[in-house]
Amino acid sequence: MKIEETTSAIVSEFENFDDWMDKYNYLIELGKSLPLIDEKYKVEANLIQGCQSRVWLHAEFDGNLIYFTADSDAVITKGIANLLIRSFSGQTPQDILDSSTDFLNDIGLTEHLSPTRSNGMLSMIKQIKMYALAFKTKAAMGN
Amino acid sequence: MSPELKTQITGIDPEKIRIDFPILGRKVHNKPLVYFDNAATTQKPQVVIDALVNYYTGLNSNVHRGVHYLSQQATVAFEEVRQKIQRFVNARFSHEIIYTRGCTESINLVAASWGRANIGPGDEILISGMEHHSNIVPWQMLCEEKGAALKVCPLHPDGSLDMQAYADMLGEKTRMVAITHISNTLGTVNPVKEITRMAHEKGITVLIDGAQALSHMKVDVQDIGCDFYAFSAHKVYGPMGIGGLYGREEVLNAMPPYQGGGEMIKNVTFEKTLYNELPFKFEAGTPNVGDVIGFGAAIDYISGIGLDQIGAWEHELLAYATEKLSADPLVRIIGTAPGKASLISFLINGIHPYDAGTIIDHMGIAVRTGTHCTQPLMDSLGISGTIRASFAFYNTKQEIDRLMEAIDKVKEFFL
Repeated sequence: MKIEETTSAIVSEFENFDDWMDKYNYLIELGKSLPLIDEKYKVEANLIQGCQSRVWLHAEFDGNLIYFTADSDAVITKGIANLLIRSFSGQTPQDILDSSTDFLNDIGLTEHLSPTRSNGMLSMIKQIKMYALAFKTKAAMGN
Repeated sequence: MSPELKTQITGIDPEKIRIDFPILGRKVHNKPLVYFDNAATTQKPQVVIDALVNYYTGLNSNVHRGVHYLSQQATVAFEEVRQKIQRFVNARFSHEIIYTRGCTESINLVAASWGRANIGPGDEILISGMEHHSNIVPWQMLCEEKGAALKVCPLHPDGSLDMQAYADMLGEKTRMVAITHISNTLGTVNPVKEITRMAHEKGITVLIDGAQALSHMKVDVQDIGCDFYAFSAHKVYGPMGIGGLYGREEVLNAMPPYQGGGEMIKNVTFEKTLYNELPFKFEAGTPNVGDVIGFGAAIDYISGIGLDQIGAWEHELLAYATEKLSADPLVRIIGTAPGKASLISFLINGIHPYDAGTIIDHMGIAVRTGTHCTQPLMDSLGISGTIRASFAFYNTKQEIDRLMEAIDKVKEFFL
């Protein structure tokens, strides 16, 4: 599935919620159902240091697609990580680099996008794009 | 209502007080705002907002320079506030009050200026384990530059300072003790008079970080005896971007200037500059006149209500919140030193503070979550952060009840 198809599906899912409580219940559910990262990847090098919650992000590249796994000590942050992984994992570096993250505004998670919140969401997106750029460069050099 | 009228009120009536703070009437997430982040910054009464507007509407001009009417009037107002601050903290002279951008800049001023002249290789600077980053990093930077060592006095498990360890750590090489008056994370009120006396017996200079103290209690710098006392206006119901440093005249006079520029000079040639006298030696550049005047209005306002009254009501709120939170078996209070100031840090078992804070925010309640700029303290407590509710005299017990309802909601979400 293309990234835009996933992100518009996410936006539709969130449109079903009338109030914030339902939205957060869903995010929490997503957080709890995030496939756990392999413990060996929960290391300092994979840690995205935010002010409020810790996030680990691990990336693997098979030469064509990048696969992400993540974890956080906060459930809401895990829910957000789940949305990002669903959108960007299993995609090519170029598609990830070309993609927009506007859907996070559309689903009303802007409060988590504020840099002052420092919950790791902005850093997670930045890190995902960094991995894409790094693997794209690596692939180009390999050729 | 004028500050004069308020002095006739015995006890605090928060419902009357709240009318003075326009922001407290607003809604957040469609719910009436409960503002429990007063340790981060306090809200501003209308008299402070008016003072700012009036300054820019009718008085704005540069101080200390012009012979014209406005400049003279602005200078008078600017210097009157200095005297007001002098009386507020009971300094001997108004020139012992240096205007700064806030508490952080005040500490940086001392670290840069006093530190440059007094710290050398092998010297030690003693801080405590409960310091805000503002009272850690400037000293770390100084230590790195000078080859000096930063020493950290440990805390007891309840969050009070280990005074025996403190006594033991005051050594031959200690040059500076820099300790907070009130912990912004734990609420601990440190025995600053005793801390100062013990350091002075060994000829050690003392700086007290007063950021959290000025709004809650009568601060008397002469009684404390400290060499420096740093503070911010925005935590005392005044504007952001202005604060002060109290320094003992003798100590300030012996220090080199902080920044160079206009205002801090007496005479400039390309060969040699003669520095101005106190306090101007430390106030390079055009000062923040408008906010100084706003700070003055804030001091008048809380002096009118009375710090004794404020402190009494805040303690009642703290006692009420402590009772309510302690009754919840899932809540763990972080910081239980006796005689705490009116803030309470806590955790809800099994729930990350960030998760809890997000839900509490949606209930219209402003609390702080995270490390509160005291990461080393969090590390030593073995926790990644706390939820902090910090109270001001405009808060009510009904608002604490709403916090308790929000905590129940948090538990519904996550447990």
